[in-house]
Amino acid sequence: MRYVLRRLGLLLVAVVVASVVIFALLRLLPGDLARVIGGTQASPERIDAIRQELGLDRPLVRQYLDWAGGLLQGDFGRSALNGETVTGQLGTKLAITAPLVLASTILSVLVAVPLGIVAGARHRRADGIALSAVSQLGIAVPTFWAGLLLIIVFGVHWSVFPAQGFPRDGWDEPARAIESLVLPTITLALSQGAVLLRFVRSATLDVLHQDYIRTARAKGLTRSQALYRHGLRNASLPIISILGVQIASLIAGVVVIERVFNLPGVGQMLVRDIGARDLEKVQGTVLLLAVIVLVVGFLVDVAHRLVDPRLRVGG
Amino acid sequence: MSEPSESPSERSSWFGELWRSWPGRIGAALVGILVLAAVVSLVWTPYDPKQVEPRQKWLPVSWGHPFGTDGAGKDLLSQVLVGARTTLLVAVLTVVLAAVVGLTLGVLSAITPRLVGESLAYVIDVLIALPTLILALVFVAALGGSVWTVSLALGIGSGVVLARVVRAEVSRVLTQDYMITATASGSSTWRSIWRHILPNIASTVIVQLSLIAALAVLAEAALSFLGLTPVSTPSWGRMLESLQQTITVHPGALVFPGLAVVGATLGFNLLGDALRDAVDPRLRGRSATVSPVFSSVVDRVEDPAIAPVSGGGGT
Repeated sequence: MRYVLRRLGLLLVAVVVASVVIFALLRLLPGDLARVIGGTQASPERIDAIRQELGLDRPLVRQYLDWAGGLLQGDFGRSALNGETVTGQLGTKLAITAPLVLASTILSVLVAVPLGIVAGARHRRADGIALSAVSQLGIAVPTFWAGLLLIIVFGVHWSVFPAQGFPRDGWDEPARAIESLVLPTITLALSQGAVLLRFVRSATLDVLHQDYIRTARAKGLTRSQALYRHGLRNASLPIISILGVQIASLIAGVVVIERVFNLPGVGQMLVRDIGARDLEKVQGTVLLLAVIVLVVGFLVDVAHRLVDPRLRVGG
Repeated sequence: MSEPSESPSERSSWFGELWRSWPGRIGAALVGILVLAAVVSLVWTPYDPKQVEPRQKWLPVSWGHPFGTDGAGKDLLSQVLVGARTTLLVAVLTVVLAAVVGLTLGVLSAITPRLVGESLAYVIDVLIALPTLILALVFVAALGGSVWTVSLALGIGSGVVLARVVRAEVSRVLTQDYMITATASGSSTWRSIWRHILPNIASTVIVQLSLIAALAVLAEAALSFLGLTPVSTPSWGRMLESLQQTITVHPGALVFPGLAVVGATLGFNLLGDALRDAVDPRLRGRSATVSPVFSSVVDRVEDPAIAPVSGGGGT
């Protein structure tokens, strides 16, 4: 329990550090927001007026504190261009992005963990080597290209699933909404699964060389019995850690995938805002994504602690 | 790997070792092709990649146009060759920057007094939580998209990840007998870093850099696919983005630019894996593809199973 509290404290510090970093990046880099909004034709007076309106004339520290104060009240900022708030749009955007992330994580775990164990346990056999090679190839395939190939095969050639887009009424049309998420989910799961498979294989290989497996073999268990009874529990620890690492790449992947499949989720919103140089809103969205990654990291660490009794001794 | 310095003959046997394994051969060949394509494109391409030929549009694969042509009649092979330049440039810039950032932060956080080092390590951990691709998006938002912006963001993003690995490696080296001997015999800090620490972490760092190059290839393709690099810069991601618009009619044109990305990424990844086997035979058969970086922030559990990259001795 003490551990959880200490870890929670560090999580909060991390969120603050992340917000400072994001804020600093967007403010200290050159590029004048007021000029972007006013357009190239705007007079200097007009630009000054915009700057004042947005509060860009305040000292940087003051700007940060105002932003941070808003964050504490659940206000992640608003668009300087059209006044939309980040939180206001988030509900509808997350309704697409969150199921996508969750479903692809589950799918990748279901497929990659068993295959990774096979690849590790049979690493000298043809099937193990083949699995390893396929995953190596899978890692090298850009997510968006895999998505495009799936669109060609299942969306265009066989027309089993909608190639792109999301129903206008969203989740009010559950069947069509789910259908339109099938291909994106498979795409994301493929790229995540390929990485995961390599880690599971590596963890399994590690475990196979441990003394307790030799002991288990010595007392008469077969290789696979030893692996299943003693090895997998141990191999599960690094795998939990990896899932924490993967959330970061998953979020990056979702940004690209939403573009490929034209899904109006958080990622597409972010890319559009960046194109429009809507820094205020980008800042809020990026922080939100970073917080998600940090919170998942926290949960993974705590879960790790709970699963591994060796780490509990220290308190 | 524990000898403090390496002679040239040892280094050449590295490459001998590299060439002995299939992944090493394929990796070296693929990276070689990428470099060759980039260099050749400077002096010769089959056609002018920007030459619009309305009567030659959507030509299929043929001897005249090995990759076919696009909707404007531009030769796809020429475009892929020219795109290789951008890919290679981003990969090289990213690797150089990542090496500078990673070595500086990593060595500093390991050799400075505990309080400073630990804080630095903590900031590194927080920065790792910002997905590199998202960081790149922020940079592009603030600075505008260009090869330099993209490389800067990717270099810093992956440099931070590298710093984590370097820190663990330096901490390992610091406990070795030869380091204690060096310190006892009055070797200065700079001399120790130069003579003892850097040579001993070089192999790990080189492996990581090779994997970072692969990451840069994928990220550059993704960013230009999202339309965040200038139209004027030839790029595989850009090609795929524009070819996507006619995906239902001319899906075949997407094959070759996509394969180019796969080949380049696979090349760097395989090279990394093979280098790793070459420098440390104990790790043979294990994956080096992604370094697990997000273990516990609080107590830095350096479980060798969790951190195969940083542990070094954990088979």
